[in-house]
Amino acid sequence: MGDDLVKALVDLDEDKVRDVVKSRLEAGDDPLGIMDDARKAMEVVGDRFAEGEYFIPELVFAGEILKDMTTAVKPYLNKASEQKYMGKVVLGTVAGDIHDIGKDIVGFMLDVNGFEVHDLGVDVPPRKFVEKVQETESPILALSGFLTLAYDSMKETVEALADAGLRDKVKVMIGGGQISDEIRAYTGADEFGKDAMAGVALAKKFIAAE
Amino acid sequence: MEERKWEEMTPEQRREALFEAWLSPQGIEFAGPDAEKAYRERVTRIKDAIELKKPDRVPVFPVIGFFPAFYAGMTAQDVMYDYEKLISAYKKYTLDFEPDAHGGAFNPSPGRIFEILDYQLYIWPGHGVSPNHSYQCLEEEYMRADEYDDLIRDPSNYFMSTYLPRVFKALEPLQKIPPLTGILEMYSAFSAVNFIPFGMPDVQEALQALMEAGNEAVKWIGYVGTHDKEVTAAGFPAFFGGGTKAPFDIIGDTLRGTRGMMMDIFRRPEKILEAVEALTPIAIKMGATAARNNGNPIVFMPLHKGADGFMSDEQFRRLYWPSLKEVMLGLVEQGCVPFLYAEGGYNSRLEVIKEFPAGKVLWGFDQTDMSKVKENLGGVACVGGNMPIDLLSVGKAEQVREYAKKLIETVGGDGGYIMMSGAVIDEAKPENVKAMIEATKEYGVY
Repeated sequence: MGDDLVKALVDLDEDKVRDVVKSRLEAGDDPLGIMDDARKAMEVVGDRFAEGEYFIPELVFAGEILKDMTTAVKPYLNKASEQKYMGKVVLGTVAGDIHDIGKDIVGFMLDVNGFEVHDLGVDVPPRKFVEKVQETESPILALSGFLTLAYDSMKETVEALADAGLRDKVKVMIGGGQISDEIRAYTGADEFGKDAMAGVALAKKFIAAE
Repeated sequence: MEERKWEEMTPEQRREALFEAWLSPQGIEFAGPDAEKAYRERVTRIKDAIELKKPDRVPVFPVIGFFPAFYAGMTAQDVMYDYEKLISAYKKYTLDFEPDAHGGAFNPSPGRIFEILDYQLYIWPGHGVSPNHSYQCLEEEYMRADEYDDLIRDPSNYFMSTYLPRVFKALEPLQKIPPLTGILEMYSAFSAVNFIPFGMPDVQEALQALMEAGNEAVKWIGYVGTHDKEVTAAGFPAFFGGGTKAPFDIIGDTLRGTRGMMMDIFRRPEKILEAVEALTPIAIKMGATAARNNGNPIVFMPLHKGADGFMSDEQFRRLYWPSLKEVMLGLVEQGCVPFLYAEGGYNSRLEVIKEFPAGKVLWGFDQTDMSKVKENLGGVACVGGNMPIDLLSVGKAEQVREYAKKLIETVGGDGGYIMMSGAVIDEAKPENVKAMIEATKEYGVY
């Protein structure tokens, strides 16, 4: 039955996912097992994205199906069944910029790939990023920005991190529509990624190097 | 141009007429014979490039957003609220930088209007955005998923009674206005009853707000018109005759929003197809009417949701391209030159978009591989763009010059190329914008 769900989710067959989840829950199936299948499916979705078979609409739609699925499964989940994460990431769209679609996809892909994501939302001032990094002791800071004004905000955020004495403890990755290696150098970030899967790969690399 | 005559003209004749109107602008007294000569040379340069001929040199047109405001030491808020400042900044930009055309003073929209109407769709300088930054769109599902049929049946009525009352809070009472197509004859049910909502206090307040917004718009266009006249008189043509959008983007950008539209791709693709079909003639008319009124054939079409990554090739071919192509062909039929400004990447779309009559359109690219562009669109369409916005923002002038030189070598070779920025320029270094223009004038001579 697990294969059914994985396949339905990978194929973005919304109705089938709903039916399979419903019947498995009614049959008394382990809700954690269901969520585990969902994670497996999302990994395949991520692979297909990385291979150029799926694009942003598929990621967004898969996220939507997963969200509905989680809502259905949640009442059956035991509070004790907490997920184990492979690492923490503080994420947000930088000050002055309110674009969230790219950031949300990155957050979602990090999440399904086992990261504990602290998403601060959009138009996030440098101070807030620093505070969240301090609070969570996250080794990764992911900054998103779509507009050219984001270049300076990213730079200021990296500087604020340095001012707080955290620069050598935290890896900074940046991404967005007009982000390049040129901008990475300008902002003082460690790496830049061209899409969500690149972000996941960078986060994994940072964690492995720790 | 007289309507009847226009109807009888072939698309080629219409296009020549629009180019001719652009070349000899009405009511302009040039600053002198040099300005007039320079003006005609600039228009001819752009026209030749569009028609895939070899101009005297590569034309250069940086696509400008709020850059002139920042260059003049003003804020974005200044130029959205103070029309004197607006036109002095935009005029200063054109006169100081001497591009081959200017983009008008249209980018900073007049903030007062949107305050009067209480616009919900955007935040703007001093109104949710810092005074120093451009406006930004607040994406929501302003059109709900179950409203496609309403839009398809009667787009104008849907806009008036549903969409506009949602995005302009001051226009909320317009929801009460019945379809105007119900006003048919004197028999009261076919006429008088339709006027009742106009007698309601809240509807009247909304109409009052519209009139106030209208007054502000008239004031604003007076300034913007003066700007255009003055820079034209100095020898610089306006690049844009009008604007319109791809039908898919009309729905995806501001009606359903990016997310909503992406759901629709899977949940109700047949509704998308019906809706883009309903919007196609409207999109054509929007661009063609403006071009004729302004006497300039170039119709700006910023493209968004069809970029690389935003959908698959199959989705692009099925849902995005057919109606866009129809709009482009419809504009060409009306003598216009659609100017497709493909923000983001368009690498995966080149195979599709090259299927188009030669020499009729202008494509501006952002992050698309320009050697592939030349391979696919060479001999088909005039192309431009790809001067990276990140380079203009944080790079050095020398890097910009090198990039411009490389671009000219790669795609400029035998004409049909216009130097443009890949994206709209807000915060860029003035010396870099200057370098882009000067390098084109230096390396772009044929």
